[in-house]
Amino acid sequence: MNNNAQIERHTVAVLVDNEPGVLARVIGLFSGRGYNIESLTVSAVSEDESMSRITIVTSGTPMIIEQIKAQLDRLVPVHEVHDLTAEGAHIEREIALVKVVAGGAERRESLRIADIFKAAVADTTRESFVFSLTGKPEKLDAFVELMRGLGKTEVARSGVVGIARGAKAL
Amino acid sequence: MAREPMNGAQVVIKALIDQGVDVVFGYPGGAVLPIYDALFKQNQLRHILVRQEGGAVHAAEGYARSTGKVGVVLVTSGPGATNAVTGLTDALMDSIPIVCLTGQVPTHLIGNDAFQECDTTGITRPCTKHNYLVKDKNRLAQTLHEAFYIARSGRPGPVVVDLPKDIQFAECPYVGPSNVVHKTYRPQIKGDRKAIEQAVEMIAKAKRPVIYGGGGIINSGPAAAKLFSEFVRMTGAPTTLTLMGLGALPATDERYLGMLGMHGTYEANMAMHDCDLMLCVGARFDDRVTGRLDAFSPGSKKIHIDIDRTSINKNVAVDLGIVGDVAHVLEDMIKVWKAGQKQVDKKAVAAWWKKVDEWRARDCLKFKTDKKIIKPQYAIQRLYELTRDRETYITTEVGQHQMWAAQHYRFEKPNRWMTSGGLGTMGYGLPAAVGVQIAHPDALVVDIAGEASIMMNIQEIATAVQYRLPVKIFIINNEYMGMVRQWQELLHGGRYSESYSAALPDFVKLAEAFGAVGLRATKPSEVDDVIGEMIAVNRPVIVDIAVDQKENCFPMIPSGAAHNEMLFGPDDEAGKPVSEEGMVLV
Ligand SMILES: Cc1ncc(C[n+]2csc(CCOP(=O)(O)OP(=O)(O)O)c2C)c(N)n1
Ligand SMILES: [Mg+2]
Repeated sequence: MNNNAQIERHTVAVLVDNEPGVLARVIGLFSGRGYNIESLTVSAVSEDESMSRITIVTSGTPMIIEQIKAQLDRLVPVHEVHDLTAEGAHIEREIALVKVVAGGAERRESLRIADIFKAAVADTTRESFVFSLTGKPEKLDAFVELMRGLGKTEVARSGVVGIARGAKAL
Repeated sequence: MAREPMNGAQVVIKALIDQGVDVVFGYPGGAVLPIYDALFKQNQLRHILVRQEGGAVHAAEGYARSTGKVGVVLVTSGPGATNAVTGLTDALMDSIPIVCLTGQVPTHLIGNDAFQECDTTGITRPCTKHNYLVKDKNRLAQTLHEAFYIARSGRPGPVVVDLPKDIQFAECPYVGPSNVVHKTYRPQIKGDRKAIEQAVEMIAKAKRPVIYGGGGIINSGPAAAKLFSEFVRMTGAPTTLTLMGLGALPATDERYLGMLGMHGTYEANMAMHDCDLMLCVGARFDDRVTGRLDAFSPGSKKIHIDIDRTSINKNVAVDLGIVGDVAHVLEDMIKVWKAGQKQVDKKAVAAWWKKVDEWRARDCLKFKTDKKIIKPQYAIQRLYELTRDRETYITTEVGQHQMWAAQHYRFEKPNRWMTSGGLGTMGYGLPAAVGVQIAHPDALVVDIAGEASIMMNIQEIATAVQYRLPVKIFIINNEYMGMVRQWQELLHGGRYSESYSAALPDFVKLAEAFGAVGLRATKPSEVDDVIGEMIAVNRPVIVDIAVDQKENCFPMIPSGAAHNEMLFGPDDEAGKPVSEEGMVLV
């Protein structure tokens, strides 16, 4: 529609019935309508495992973001849709596991950087480390970027999870 | 209260009966044999055997659209389910309530590429409102009731319930519909009071108001059409309807401007373009309606009433959105209007009508009649004149004939017009007519068809013959895929690539071969007689009307053009070439 409108990045939390096919419905909605997914995570979250929480990081114009939320809300197994970005202060976290294969000075440098980032060493061999790091996605980006310069790397990232600050719980 | 134990197939039948279903459109096969066996043993539910599963879904659509009830389909696994996909997509696009039961291989074989297995829920996920695979026999009854609730509530749509064969055989507990409450799905019915008051304020202030109504009014029920007409008359605003909305306001009402959009009237499209306030009721700003978006009604404030929140601000940004059922929202609007003793700006609206009447005077639907050749518009006009005083239901196929039918057949009531709008499915009209006739055995049901479209589901004449359904297939035979030919003429230099209907059957003999009646008209003077005979014969009839092969459907907004850039006829095309952006649009 309005091509000049600003592209915004939003983190959306969706509470859904924990039943087969729900994730396919959500992903199908995004691919079928051409919406972006930057990351998507899902896990059962209710005590009885009957409900799952999907966290989606997406981007688009304000009109598209509104559409995405309305479309998600329209899916039958969806209980609630919360735009964490629009609803106020919230916390976002992601976890990365980063394998670095290097020796000599590079190997020592990777340890030093890990120390600065407060990344934990999750596994080590003589020629490799696996670092585990939790934080905001930008922090993970920076860490991975630095490690790539030091040797062969392999990266696994969880995608973002988010939750609103304060005493109000969903 | 102890009940006889029931197997899954019997639970299916019981659930359908408890949902008030009286007819099922279907086709048997291995994976639904237990349900067919249960059908055999009862006599409350009628089964209509179609000749292809796609026909079953369209028939159920015709039934649903003409009654306001949920249409029910029963098909087997694999090819039965995949044949139903077009109909399901059609029902999704046009918001038609359908419950489609599909057989599935037994649960332990799912995923093994078993005979006639397909991933039905996977295939139908994007073309249904919702779907289910029943793997737990304890949830069968509840799932069936939920399916009906979802199909008919909110914005209606198709729901698939996939039923593995072992579940159909297993002993299953039964719960009735009243014991089933859906966990999450609660469509908003009442509109926001503040927004309604604001809408009334805006309408009362308008100087050049337009009301634009759509299929949502029909779906909301006959009461909604009454309220809509009442509101139109209270405000006196010029009113136009979408293809799906025809009949929501009587076509003979003086405030009615005709259909809008690509093949809508000049007055409707100009009024949309020049209005200062647009009230959209149960329509969705579809691209056939809006034309070029950035030139769409540039100077107006827009109010949009829709039960589906995703329809609001999807294509066109509006100033005020009201989520709710059309009937409820209109009822409240009328109350607020009356309580506030609201009036439109009479002087301004009178001046606006003067302008609108100038556009009307252009008489954009006129066509040159001919003594020798039957003009397609003439055939439809005569059909209208000779059937308007009867209880008549019209279905159509897709193409020029469909647009001419929308332009020249005038509807006084809702639920009388069944056409494939959103998906534009050739082959819809005949099976839909079968469904309508089942629901209204004594009515006159006419499928206005094209000679190409009718070939897509021609087999359903056998269904009509079997059940003695006197449906009339009124073929506007131009020996071309006329709508394709028209676009090729307009956009592709008249290179009629593959759009000639070669090797057509003799439709009169074809009718006879099926056990129906065949009639033909080749001259204008024969049209009335043939229509008279068609009505008089109480059997399925194919009427082959040989019409002008080169006639095009006007007026027309070429793709990529705005509402005020209409083409009026053959002489008009040369002046206004279709833009490059327009070329890529459908
Ligand atoms: C299933 C399907 N295939 C293709 C089309 C594209 N299409 C739209 S109109 C049309 C021609 C229809 O010809 P006919 O039924 O003779 O109607 P006419 O336009 O001549 O009135 C075609 C091929 C379609 N709408 N549906
Ligand atoms: Mg044709």
